[in-house]
Amino acid sequence: MEIEPGDFVAIVGPSGCGKSTLMNIIAGFDNVTEGQVLLDGQPLATATTPPKPGSDRVVVFQNGALFPWKTVLENVMYGPVIQNMMTPSQAEERAMDLLAKCGGLNKVAASYPPQLSSGMQRRVEIVRALINEPKILLLDEPFRAMDTVSKTVMHQHLLEMYRVCRKTIVFITHDLEEAIYLADRVVVMTSRPGTIKSIINVKLPRPRTPNMMLSAEYLALKAQAIAGVHEEAKKAFERGEREHA
Amino acid sequence: MAQDIKSKFRWPQFNWRGAIAIVGFFAAWHFFVKLGVPGFKEIAAPFDVLQTFLTRYVNNQEYWSSWVSSFKRVLYGFLIAQVLGIPLGLMLGTREVFHNLAYPVIEILRPIPPLAWVPISILFWPTTEMSIIFICFIGAFFIIVINVHDAVRSIKNEHIWLAQSLGASSGQIFRRIMIPSVIPSIAVGMTLGIAVTWNVVIAAEMISGGNGLGRLTWEGYVSHTVTVVIIGMISIGLAGYLSTIVVDYLEKKMMPWRVVR
Repeated sequence: MEIEPGDFVAIVGPSGCGKSTLMNIIAGFDNVTEGQVLLDGQPLATATTPPKPGSDRVVVFQNGALFPWKTVLENVMYGPVIQNMMTPSQAEERAMDLLAKCGGLNKVAASYPPQLSSGMQRRVEIVRALINEPKILLLDEPFRAMDTVSKTVMHQHLLEMYRVCRKTIVFITHDLEEAIYLADRVVVMTSRPGTIKSIINVKLPRPRTPNMMLSAEYLALKAQAIAGVHEEAKKAFERGEREHA
Repeated sequence: MAQDIKSKFRWPQFNWRGAIAIVGFFAAWHFFVKLGVPGFKEIAAPFDVLQTFLTRYVNNQEYWSSWVSSFKRVLYGFLIAQVLGIPLGLMLGTREVFHNLAYPVIEILRPIPPLAWVPISILFWPTTEMSIIFICFIGAFFIIVINVHDAVRSIKNEHIWLAQSLGASSGQIFRRIMIPSVIPSIAVGMTLGIAVTWNVVIAAEMISGGNGLGRLTWEGYVSHTVTVVIIGMISIGLAGYLSTIVVDYLEKKMMPWRVVR
């Protein structure tokens, strides 16, 4: 599987198929047992080289990992300052600029994360990743714990951020509709052992709007994807039943 | 609101229910004594206690120096416990080999109540003062060690991974991620520790101390002056309360992100 710079790729699959493992491998938190991951032709991780996280691949975790002891602004400034990429005052300026661009988050810059709604926290987290100019933005089920309404709002925010910065995004989710709506390509994984079952190219035009979820093209893609995912989910479920029997 | 982070200092609202309860407590005490309710025959009435306090204790140098000695013991024992206990907890949480080596010993020593250390402490330390401070130290030490140790073990992996991704060195991760992550548990350890230290110092003074609030209370009992016993008890209550206020204040300073909710 190959991901082009600037692509928005979604990875879907039944739970336990290794979506998050794949993400941890790309990010460099987990060891590779077989095969390799290349970034710009350079090996990131192989079975023999130990993993190494880097600021070219920043993760937004599903449960949220903002530092609760830092304000929003300090959270966003953390990366560039610790890498000595910017002086604190430069970082502050850049952070405020990015926060403002991403839906007026500069208004809450002095707040501590627990004071924000989960949607805001997630957006701040994405900004904290973006300020490091990563080559790849890894999103691990970032909207998992949200209700449908907030999710829709967050999708628009994410699409807007994507439009502005055009980073390569790898988006992990178990929500098919979300995957098709957001991504250029949807990778469907099989249940264990997790391999790629199919890759669906989404040709919906950008900018995407919620109305597109009603278009014939969207529905056709969804039907195609559901068939694939459902088959895998059933396999995973049956295996689970057997294992617990 | 989220915006007014740096909110101005506000006086706590007057708790009139609490005030009524305190008045009610003293009234009940007064009437129980006056009516001669069983068990209260030997107890001094609140006004007698107040009178004794005003006439014999307010200007009594010795009374105030027992406050000072008890406070000193609590403070030294408590501080030494934090200074040694926090690094030990961090070491136990981060160094696997050290953990396997030292943890069993700590687990054996931890359940021993501080007062069980009194005889050994008196034999070991050259002065009574040092042995009391040592017992206070024991009271707070294991609490802080265990709290910090548990906190280190439950630091979110995501936080460490993220810091690694963003290019933090292991030293930076220790200072910027681990230390702030364990501060809330240090605060819990301090709150529990100061309370235990006060319990312990009073008992230790009754057993061996030449002075202090515990000694004052005990001497009141031995010389059959109930008013003194009660003055001692109320003094201990106030002293503990004062320490709690100080510790709470320190905790708020340590965790600015917890103050505004």
